[in-house]
Amino acid sequence: MSKTLVWVEHDNASIKDATLSAVSAASQLGEVHLLVAGSDCAAVADAAAGIAGVGKVHLADDAAYANALVENVAPLIVSLMDSHDAFVAPATSNGKNIAPRVAALLDVAQVSEILSVEGPKTFTRPTYAGNAIAVVESSDAKLVVTVRGTAFAKAEATGGSASIEAITSTGDAGLSSFVSAEIAKSERPELTAAKIIVSGGRALRDGDTFEAMIFPLADKLGAAVGASRAAVDAGYVPNDYQVGQTGKIVAPEVYVAIGISGAIQHLAGMKDSKTIVAINKDEDAPIFQIADIGLIADLFNAVPELTGKL
Amino acid sequence: MKIIVPVKRVIDYNVKPRVKADGTGVDLANVKMSMNPFDEIAVEEAIRLKEKGVANEIVVVSVGPAKAQETLRTALAMGADRAILVQTDDEVEPLAVAKILKAIDDEEQSGLVILGKQAIDDDSNQTGQMLAALLGRPQGTFASEVTIDGNSVMVKREVDGGLETVKLTLPAIITTDLRLNEPRYASLPNIMKAKSKPLANKTPADYGVETAPRLKTLQVSEPPVRSAGIKVADVDALVAKLKELGVA
Ligand SMILES: Cc1cc2nc3c(=O)[nH]c(=O)nc-3n(C[C@H](O)[C@H](O)[C@H](O)COP(=O)(O)OP(=O)(O)OC[C@H]3O[C@@H](n4cnc5c(N)ncnc54)[C@H](O)[C@@H]3O)c2cc1C
Repeated sequence: MSKTLVWVEHDNASIKDATLSAVSAASQLGEVHLLVAGSDCAAVADAAAGIAGVGKVHLADDAAYANALVENVAPLIVSLMDSHDAFVAPATSNGKNIAPRVAALLDVAQVSEILSVEGPKTFTRPTYAGNAIAVVESSDAKLVVTVRGTAFAKAEATGGSASIEAITSTGDAGLSSFVSAEIAKSERPELTAAKIIVSGGRALRDGDTFEAMIFPLADKLGAAVGASRAAVDAGYVPNDYQVGQTGKIVAPEVYVAIGISGAIQHLAGMKDSKTIVAINKDEDAPIFQIADIGLIADLFNAVPELTGKL
Repeated sequence: MKIIVPVKRVIDYNVKPRVKADGTGVDLANVKMSMNPFDEIAVEEAIRLKEKGVANEIVVVSVGPAKAQETLRTALAMGADRAILVQTDDEVEPLAVAKILKAIDDEEQSGLVILGKQAIDDDSNQTGQMLAALLGRPQGTFASEVTIDGNSVMVKREVDGGLETVKLTLPAIITTDLRLNEPRYASLPNIMKAKSKPLANKTPADYGVETAPRLKTLQVSEPPVRSAGIKVADVDALVAKLKELGVA
């Protein structure tokens, strides 16, 4: 049976959810092994061993892996690929950073952001901002794949009892160092895991107005907050709020788009949401072509009224 | 320092792509084509580094059809110094593009290669990372700020949780994100001047790179269409609908 190595995304304390979707995809390819590379990350390895369906956890604990520096992590992954047939990573910013470097070191073409596994080497993947879905078959001896989190159910985080094997570090490549991170802490749910998302666009005018309009509604609904590129570019909210082709891909139960026109690049990131609600004052806005529930209104009246009535 | 900037000719971002009836790909006949937006950002960043006196030459490279010359001329008009067209009518996968770029870099010996983080046609997001692997160099992907600091470069990166800064030794590879800069428009005099800037014609074979695809595209189809739903008359009706959905 073929063996697949999945890179576990974590912060040295807990596993990121996107990993669980990658495990589901990998389990369709064969036996699933996990790689936990980090620093003082034994707790992560323990949690990884508990994921249902996992055969083995490889643990590389070294300061060189503390911040997932790709120059250090990629050689480690390559060192394990003699005994694996496929490498799978979640299509997160870290996964997208790591997987192609591994693929090139293995001289393999990567299949990016798969939506489904159609055969041992056949996958579907989105192209052209999700406007063209391609079925692709790899002819390489080994596979390198990234997995779109919204396309696969999450593997059960508990119930497994894999063995943990410590592996030798490949050390610090001496090419890069981690300087700092500005990671926003929020009480709200994480965008890619939220059941409800309220997103704001350029119409929100500025950061204060965005906050005054969007945040109270999101909090009433227990929702995460997202944004269009225009809202991020204009500095209303930080970059990690961006939903779209080149931002985050989301598929919540309910997505509420407020003052967002519905450019194809934005739709690419949210059109798999179960129910789409749009509030826009322009009845011809493209967002209404895909919205399940549309309200043609000035958001500056409608949103405070909505928040008040919920 | 020399900077290499690869640029790709792609469908214009304002065009809605249509899948061909025979399911072999996207219909690009008579469709407006432009420079990949992330590559424009890469060209702009290189020009700014030259304006700051950090770089002294900018070489733009495109792997693609004869028409990719237009894309290269656009980059030259923005301010790049010379261009290399690696001409082929085949679709070249990111791995083969990275191999061609490596061969070019072996000749040119760049201090930085700045690429777009992804092309908006195949959405692969691979070439920069692959090139970094082949050259054994560090990579600063999804850059929103680039600062040269002696023999290293500080790259502020857009990551899922916010921003992260890494320090990379030079030479290095950088891929651009949307907030790195706002690309300039080429002025008319610069467009004229660009016509006489050097543009070398090459082929993948000149670099000894085999471009046969490793991934076979079996079929391309449109995603399931979402149809428009209902319009509600007012906020009260919207509240009622949200209650039906169980979210309010
Ligand atoms: C390479 C590239 C990548 C991109 N990636 C992304 C991406 O990942 N995500 C993304 O979102 N975009 C992306 N874009 C940008 C995209 O093309 C659009 O420019 C962007 O989505 C527009 O944002 P918007 O809808 O907020 O703004 P606009 O298009 O300006 O729309 C504003 C909307 O607000 C409405 N409005 C104005 N005032 C009011 C009011 N008072 N009440 C109610 N409605 C009002 C208007 O009718 C309009 O529909 C990308 C573009 C490029 C070139």
